[in-house]
Amino acid sequence: MADSSPAGSAVTAAAVPRLALRGITRRYPGVLANDHVDLDVLPGEIHAVLGENGAGKSTLMKVIYGIVKPDAGTMRWEGAPVRIGSPARARKLGIGMVFQHFSLFETLTVADNIRLALDAASAPGLPQRIRDVSARYGLTLDPARHVHTMSVGERQRVEIVRCLLQSPRLLIMDEPTSVLTPQAVLRLFDTLRTLAREGCSILYISHKLDEIRALCQRATVLRAGRVTGECDPRQETSASLARMMIGGELPHPVHREAHAGAPALTVDSLDVRADDPFGTTLRSISLEVHAGEIVGIAGVSGNGQKELLAALSGERRVARADAIVLCGTPAGTLDAFARRRLGLAFIPEERLGRGAVPEMSLADNALLTARGAALVSHGFIRAKAVRAYAAQTIAAFGVRASGPDAAARSLSGGNLQKYIVGREIGHHPKVLIAAQPTWGVDVGASVQIRQALIDLRDRGVAVLVISEELDELIEICDRLAVIAQGRLSPAKPVRETSAEEIGLLMAGAVPTSDRVVA
Amino acid sequence: MKARLEVRAQPSRVAMWVAPLLAALATLLTGFIVFEAFGLDPVVAFTAFFIEPVATRYGVAELLLKASPLMLIATGLAIGYRANVWNIGAEGQLTLGALAGGAVALVLGDAGWPAALLLPAMLIAGALGGMLWAAIPAFLRTRFHANEILTSLMLVYVATLLLSWLVHGPWRDPEGYNFPQSKLFTANALLPNLIPETRLNIGFVMALAVVALAWLFVRRHIVGFEMRVSGLAPAAASYAGISARRSIWLGMLAGGACAGLAGINEAAGPIGQLLPSMSPGYGFAAIIVAFVGRLHPAGIVLASLLMSLLYLGGESAQMHLALPSAVTGLFQGTLLFFLLAADVLVNFRPRIARAAHAR
Repeated sequence: MADSSPAGSAVTAAAVPRLALRGITRRYPGVLANDHVDLDVLPGEIHAVLGENGAGKSTLMKVIYGIVKPDAGTMRWEGAPVRIGSPARARKLGIGMVFQHFSLFETLTVADNIRLALDAASAPGLPQRIRDVSARYGLTLDPARHVHTMSVGERQRVEIVRCLLQSPRLLIMDEPTSVLTPQAVLRLFDTLRTLAREGCSILYISHKLDEIRALCQRATVLRAGRVTGECDPRQETSASLARMMIGGELPHPVHREAHAGAPALTVDSLDVRADDPFGTTLRSISLEVHAGEIVGIAGVSGNGQKELLAALSGERRVARADAIVLCGTPAGTLDAFARRRLGLAFIPEERLGRGAVPEMSLADNALLTARGAALVSHGFIRAKAVRAYAAQTIAAFGVRASGPDAAARSLSGGNLQKYIVGREIGHHPKVLIAAQPTWGVDVGASVQIRQALIDLRDRGVAVLVISEELDELIEICDRLAVIAQGRLSPAKPVRETSAEEIGLLMAGAVPTSDRVVA
Repeated sequence: MKARLEVRAQPSRVAMWVAPLLAALATLLTGFIVFEAFGLDPVVAFTAFFIEPVATRYGVAELLLKASPLMLIATGLAIGYRANVWNIGAEGQLTLGALAGGAVALVLGDAGWPAALLLPAMLIAGALGGMLWAAIPAFLRTRFHANEILTSLMLVYVATLLLSWLVHGPWRDPEGYNFPQSKLFTANALLPNLIPETRLNIGFVMALAVVALAWLFVRRHIVGFEMRVSGLAPAAASYAGISARRSIWLGMLAGGACAGLAGINEAAGPIGQLLPSMSPGYGFAAIIVAFVGRLHPAGIVLASLLMSLLYLGGESAQMHLALPSAVTGLFQGTLLFFLLAADVLVNFRPRIARAAHAR
């Protein structure tokens, strides 16, 4: 399906590649993560690396960035053979990387985190430079803020700005746009194109095929550790790219007309004061989710999603009981367990440590949210029933795990998410709340999870999805609201709105770059 | 060649149980060096320390007698430790247990209550006394976020002084030649013996029963499960609606009840009265027992036997080898030290790597 000469002979003749990989192989116990991978990145080129989770993209990028040593293969940097033994060495060469999983010290401030990655010489005036760069690229950041108070999306901004400050010659971006508004994505693309024109090469990893087609000049497709194709994404359709990536047709979620019933979750002028100085105070949030519909809440992270989710799930109780009504029962003052008994299920954004206990087995993790149900009798755990429930969830959702005894932390992110989704759906909820249900999950599993949410809706469950992935919300939701600076817009039917309108609502709340500079 | 540690995908079960054995071995090795340094023949010293104390039927009974409070307290502490509730004050809770149970023994024993009523009353009073003392740090923690490690530890000294004042003052035996001690407990207030001509009493059976119950609670009961979740992942506990406050209360009270029970067992067992000090540091040694035993009931039973042997060996070493009594504490500390070091192997795997091929 691909060009037979992996390097693309016409291109090699034209210029010395900035980075050339030959035969890179890396083996982990039981997995061949990279199998003789060849890759050429030209100066000033935006090069996409496409592949499902587990295809070996991250390992390959870690090899380039000096975190992982390859078992075999060679690397050339601007024509000269190199061995990159550490990230510090990579940075010295001019390689910058924005990670998918953040590498930030939570107890330090934004400025301190960035300072750690830079030379001592560049330290003076750093806060101002951070403000300048973040303003230029529309990535609002306060250099004095502590990282532990920031949401996932805000942390990613720190990563991006940190790299841009080092004026890299090769920038590796691992799924950088998932937390940006559509307008901010366009701004970032402008930035990346400017960087590329200035001669910086960019390796762009993403599963968003439209973005790759809009941005990249070349794409290398990985599947199961091997290069399975190379193409010009501008000449391809999203469907043909997806085929190369998963080696088959991409299933599409079936979405029928909603038949909304009575309100199952009602939020009535909910006010929640922020816990910490950098949290968001929720102001007068009102929302109704009916049985048999999916309502989505869009928004850039850090605009109150964390606080709203905690208030809805019962992890944080609110003062007024009838501010949150679950299936006709005022629930604002109830704890998470009591709300679950009223028919609530919740899929949180953080899988390890919140949605699941990392050290415990999948069976024990099934018990985590099923403590009132058929799995416990007279206070004693029915071990057989628990294992059966876990095994059933594993089978029903195609979770790749050795069995109910596998520790939660031994599963990949996508597999654990499938397990958590399956576990929550298995409790037959009346109301399901899902936060970032497909964050970092591969394409196949994402489709499966979205389909599961739609099927749940068709069975008459009220579903609330809070996500930063606008495409996902538009695909599965019946009505859509936007959260910005702790306020929620009225929910509108998805068919009566557009990505642009939603994007403006999302961005309307973000301080403009002018205000940041001032 | 370069040795390094690699993170394991899953904690190693094998390493989890090998680590205490490695630690015990390293402790013995250290003991060898210490004996050498004292100019003693290591073989003679080891025999005196580890073999002679348990060479007789009486010795074995002593081993079990001293292991009883250790396993009892360690079991209670382990329930809290699994939930990240760090009760360090079991020694104080033991003292309060002895004091409360002892008060019942002194008052109702004289009143001539039958043993079948008096002993249960004493045991309940002892457990309640320990719980009361543990409730103070629990309250301070849940109400004011005061660190329970500090508060429970500080209360140990308060408890010791309280008991000391009682046996020096109001509860002093008028016929005791002015020694700071209470009257001897009457026969109906003493725990029945298990093996004739030894000091082993039914406190040992009680300890084993508590260990079994605790195992049932932690492994099979939903509240035990919830407490484990609280300890492993507080955010997951909050997500599942598990009350952190309840875990703290239960963890502290379980530790207090067991320590209090151990306290009254000592008073109504081998001691038979109230003294200014009711234990040779069982409350602290039990912390080591809990960790050497991996917070697991079977492990705790074995670890308490080992720790008990160290106590007996220390006494024997004083008598036969003229070593100072500090040798017991030395072995206890060395054991914990090596265990914590060996525990690295549970989550990390040592690897001898080829010389790094990149520069």
